Amino acid sequence: MILVYLISILFVGGLVAWLSERVDPNYPRIVALATVLIDLVVMISLLGVDPSSGGWVASVNADWIPRFGISFYFAADGLSLLLILLTGFLGVIAVGSAWDDIHEKTGFFYFNLLWTLAGVIGVFTALDLFLFFFFWEVMLIPMYFIIAIWGHENKNYAAMKFFIFTQVTGMLMLVSIIMLGYLHFLQMGMFSFNYHDLMKVEASGTIEYLMMLGFFVAFTTKLPSVPFHSWLPDAHSQAPTAGSVILAGILLKTGAYGLIRFAVPLFPESSLDFSPIAMGLAAFSILYCAKVAFAQTDIKRLIAYTSVSHMGFVTLGVYAWNELALQGAVMTMLAHGLSAAALFMLAGGLQHRIHTRNMQHMGGFWGKVPKMAVVAIFFSVAALGMPGLGNFIGEFLALLGAFQSNILFTVIAAFGLILASVYSLWVIQQVFQGEYKADKFEDSHLLDLNRREMIYFGAMMIGLIWMGMYPQSFLNLSEPVLIELLNNTQAVTAAVVRN
Amino acid sequence: MSSIPIEHGLVLSAILFAIGLIGVLTRRNIVFVLMSLEIMLNASGLAFIVAASRWGHAEGQVMFLMILTLAAAEVAVGLGLIIQMFRQFKTIDINVLSEMKG
Amino acid sequence: MQEFIWLLPSFPLAGFLILVLTSGTLSRITVAVIGAGSIGLSFLVASIIAVQFLGSGDDYYIKEVWAWMSVGGFSPGFSFYLDGLSLVMMLIITGVGFLIHLYATGYMADDPSYSRFFSYMNLFIAAMLMLVLGDNLVLLYLGWEGVGLCSYLLIGFWYTKPENGYAARKAFVVTRVGDTSMAIGLFLLFAQLGTLNIQDMLHVAEVEWNIGSGLAIATTMLLLGGAVGKSAQLPLQTWLPDAMAGPTPISALIHAATMVTAGVYLIARTHVLFQLAPSVQLLVAWIGLITLLMAGFTALTQSDIKRILAFSTVSQIGYMFLGLGVGAWSAAIFHLMTHAFFKALLFLASGTVILSMHHEQSIFKMGGLRKALPVSFASFLIGSLALTAFPYTSGYFSKDEILLAALELDGPGIFLWAGGVLGAFFTGIYTFRLFFVVFFGETSGHPPEKEVGGWHMNGPLIVLMVLSIFGGFISIPVDAVFGHGESHEEHHVSALVHGFMVAVPLLGILVSYLCFHKKVFSIEKLMSYSISRRLHKFWHSGWGMDWLYDRVFVFPFLWLSRINHADLVDRFYGLIVEVSKSANKMVVKSQTGYLRWYAFIMALGLVALLLLGIIL
Repeated sequence: MILVYLISILFVGGLVAWLSERVDPNYPRIVALATVLIDLVVMISLLGVDPSSGGWVASVNADWIPRFGISFYFAADGLSLLLILLTGFLGVIAVGSAWDDIHEKTGFFYFNLLWTLAGVIGVFTALDLFLFFFFWEVMLIPMYFIIAIWGHENKNYAAMKFFIFTQVTGMLMLVSIIMLGYLHFLQMGMFSFNYHDLMKVEASGTIEYLMMLGFFVAFTTKLPSVPFHSWLPDAHSQAPTAGSVILAGILLKTGAYGLIRFAVPLFPESSLDFSPIAMGLAAFSILYCAKVAFAQTDIKRLIAYTSVSHMGFVTLGVYAWNELALQGAVMTMLAHGLSAAALFMLAGGLQHRIHTRNMQHMGGFWGKVPKMAVVAIFFSVAALGMPGLGNFIGEFLALLGAFQSNILFTVIAAFGLILASVYSLWVIQQVFQGEYKADKFEDSHLLDLNRREMIYFGAMMIGLIWMGMYPQSFLNLSEPVLIELLNNTQAVTAAVVRN
Repeated sequence: MSSIPIEHGLVLSAILFAIGLIGVLTRRNIVFVLMSLEIMLNASGLAFIVAASRWGHAEGQVMFLMILTLAAAEVAVGLGLIIQMFRQFKTIDINVLSEMKG
Repeated sequence: MQEFIWLLPSFPLAGFLILVLTSGTLSRITVAVIGAGSIGLSFLVASIIAVQFLGSGDDYYIKEVWAWMSVGGFSPGFSFYLDGLSLVMMLIITGVGFLIHLYATGYMADDPSYSRFFSYMNLFIAAMLMLVLGDNLVLLYLGWEGVGLCSYLLIGFWYTKPENGYAARKAFVVTRVGDTSMAIGLFLLFAQLGTLNIQDMLHVAEVEWNIGSGLAIATTMLLLGGAVGKSAQLPLQTWLPDAMAGPTPISALIHAATMVTAGVYLIARTHVLFQLAPSVQLLVAWIGLITLLMAGFTALTQSDIKRILAFSTVSQIGYMFLGLGVGAWSAAIFHLMTHAFFKALLFLASGTVILSMHHEQSIFKMGGLRKALPVSFASFLIGSLALTAFPYTSGYFSKDEILLAALELDGPGIFLWAGGVLGAFFTGIYTFRLFFVVFFGETSGHPPEKEVGGWHMNGPLIVLMVLSIFGGFISIPVDAVFGHGESHEEHHVSALVHGFMVAVPLLGILVSYLCFHKKVFSIEKLMSYSISRRLHKFWHSGWGMDWLYDRVFVFPFLWLSRINHADLVDRFYGLIVEVSKSANKMVVKSQTGYLRWYAFIMALGLVALLLLGIIL
């Protein structure tokens, strides 16, 4: 039942936060912080639970719409746990980054924030595909409001774009899910949306391929990957900082999670066929978005494009589908969750201070805000894949594994490492180095990071160093899951290869 | 008792309906539009009556009573709106009220 | 004591953390004590470990600190591997590193970012020690990238000048090109050999690969890519001269003594692979030769004191590559060590000159400084002699061994040897050109009143002077590492050849003396010919490599960025938006706002439906 508590704490906390605004506009943030902290404690307690058969912890299964075989089926394994913990951790960070940033309609804001988190946890734990889709939508709509209400100058456009992209592709996934359920009906005589049941469904080549594509498109839109990425820069540049933190840190990871948990295991044969295309797309995505990132002048857009570029390593790792590459993909998800969130917080902090995101107006901030500069360099360097920090482990393992399944695209993707250094250092140069141009912006509020901000950044730094220096504690959690997935699909793919 | 053939009744109803429709489509004075609508309503009511008498069912007459009340309500609301319209726009020409266009 | 080898990188790392976390709140004395002291402690521990290791007679020692990760058969550990090669490297890094740190406490005394400087320096030493002590290629790569990062941070140390930032980024990105090649090499090695532990990997490779096999060639080419990037060899040498934008102690530490020799270390460390790919090994020699000659010519034309030394560094590393390429592994490492001594000496002395001249770096604005700057004069004299391989200085022994090994190589050996000797001739000319112009001749501009210095600046210079002279008599314990890789008989060459090799650099010095001191030949007259002017310009620009790379890589990339600023893919979605908008515009026309129009359409629809009903 713990998983249900996890989700409902957030739902209830969101409602309480909304209502508490009537008492005092400062209460919602306290309620929200308390809620996510309680949730985080519950999540950590999950680590101590011994997994039952099949490595699933705390599984709950109750009927929802029995007529169509739809149930409340939640369960978590190591992979889910890692991502839930990331969600909880970044949830706290997101509340913190909104602390001084959001002054209007605070109650509704924290309501949306908490409900998004609830949706994400639902996505990470739902093992009924219908339920999964339900939570997929739950996390989308509050996020839409966060962008549309508390965003910046072009918020309506960005929010609408975000909504349409995810909604349309989500619909493709829904079609695939219903198709799967219907095939189960045809083959077993009853509807089911249970993950384990649907794994057994057999489909003819074309149908399977189409269903796989439905999932793939939905997940790679969320991830995102070229060519479905163009909502992300707009959404990020317009969203409030807390929105960006959640979006980059967690929401993108639901796409990656979906690929690992659903897209490949449900359709192993067509995924095998599709893997060269997916890997090629990933390699292209890495290089293309790195290049576009370099061309940006809006710092948030730039970071958004780098996110797309980095998530390419995840796609690459997932479609290489071996243990190294998958572990690399998972580590990239976690590490990028922290580093991208931190970079967006920095960009948000800058915007909050000087009211511009245009890097051409910045420069020489090092002397003014040295702590911020150090933090920015740390996270930029992490993002460009410095060994010793989490991102390196992820990208290195992903490439190492991918090399064994597709040399060409791995080599192409590796060039992303060069471009990553080009754009990362360019940001540092433009913002922190060079001459201080005081006339380009109002600099009276350009203050260094305060204690609250240092605590958040410090926590994320420790996280990244931990991931980089002793990744084993994370790898151990996901290892049994990935091996299980590999074993499940191996039989099928081996049969295909033999034929 | 020699009865009027059903076709006659229905044709009359159709003609009335057409007259009403043409009235709705061509009149600019909103009072006349409303009156034309009444004619259309009554035309359909007539069709119900004719059908009811042909098959000897009471439902047709029930329906006609429904239409009557409906028409009464419609006239009441319609006239109210017309008065409001006249107050607001100082006209009862419906072409003036074409602001709700795309 | 050997089990405490993990302390080596830990001291500088701790120093780095303390300096970063206190972020400039400590007093200068404290910063200096922490910054230089941590390296001193490391050197102390390194020395004790070295004595014990050499006393024990073991060939190697492995200390696993913790398991880094273990995924599907890939399990690199945080493990240190100590053998003769890493011993030499660690002593150079901590020893020379300590001297340079000590010097820097004086050199940087007036800089407002004193603490920041030493935090980077300490991080650098920690990373460099990881690089040479790591027992697997992943740990080596960690150090490899770490030193690159520190190099970037230190080149751009004075960040307010955009050109420093440019130089820093150039250094990082260009070396990153090499690093990526190396990373791909690691992927290939792991895919083929199933391990990245260096010793295991070499054993497996020796057993499984034939000499000259395609895999050996591919992996060594990729590793070589990494090595030429880090060590500033052709074709990735363009970053090093620009890297002189950093403070001078950095140039001494990173861009002369330690980091830039990492490529040499990498090749020496994986020499077994290179022996399996003789063609690539020969390529290493040719790269070294061409680089050393190109850099020699360029050094002749430079006027910035640090740039001259930078090109000379490129050139000397060329010698090391030449040595590696002809299989003189230990000679290459030997030259790496002596080069660390005399080049650090030269850079530090140039630092004193620059500081005394109030940050003037052009040698033509100096002159006649030997009286005013006696310590620098002595340092430059000794350093230059060692650099030009004056007999019985340290550089003489190491360069001699490399060239003799080249001569003994069959086939192209004679060309490599001749090229190397020619390079030595140019070394003599450009080194003493610098020396004569700066310290002799007329005093031009404003001569400095007094030489900057103090015990902490002059002390390291004196120690390095001693090492530069007598460093050649140190014997490095690398026989066990390269044992089966090279012959150990004395080189048998005729006295004539040997005499020739000694004479050529001296001839270079003589030419330099005549041209730049006695002015027997007029350089101005030479420059009056247009061909020599053009040649001068060509060499001055580093053989136009920057020009070429700008046009081949940088400009197209910038152009692509510029035209695709707004993301082409988004245009496609924009198109969908446009289409639906115009469709909307068309449909919206039917919304006339006339009641009768709607009623008419409704009636029409009804009729159409009825007709449809009748027809069907």
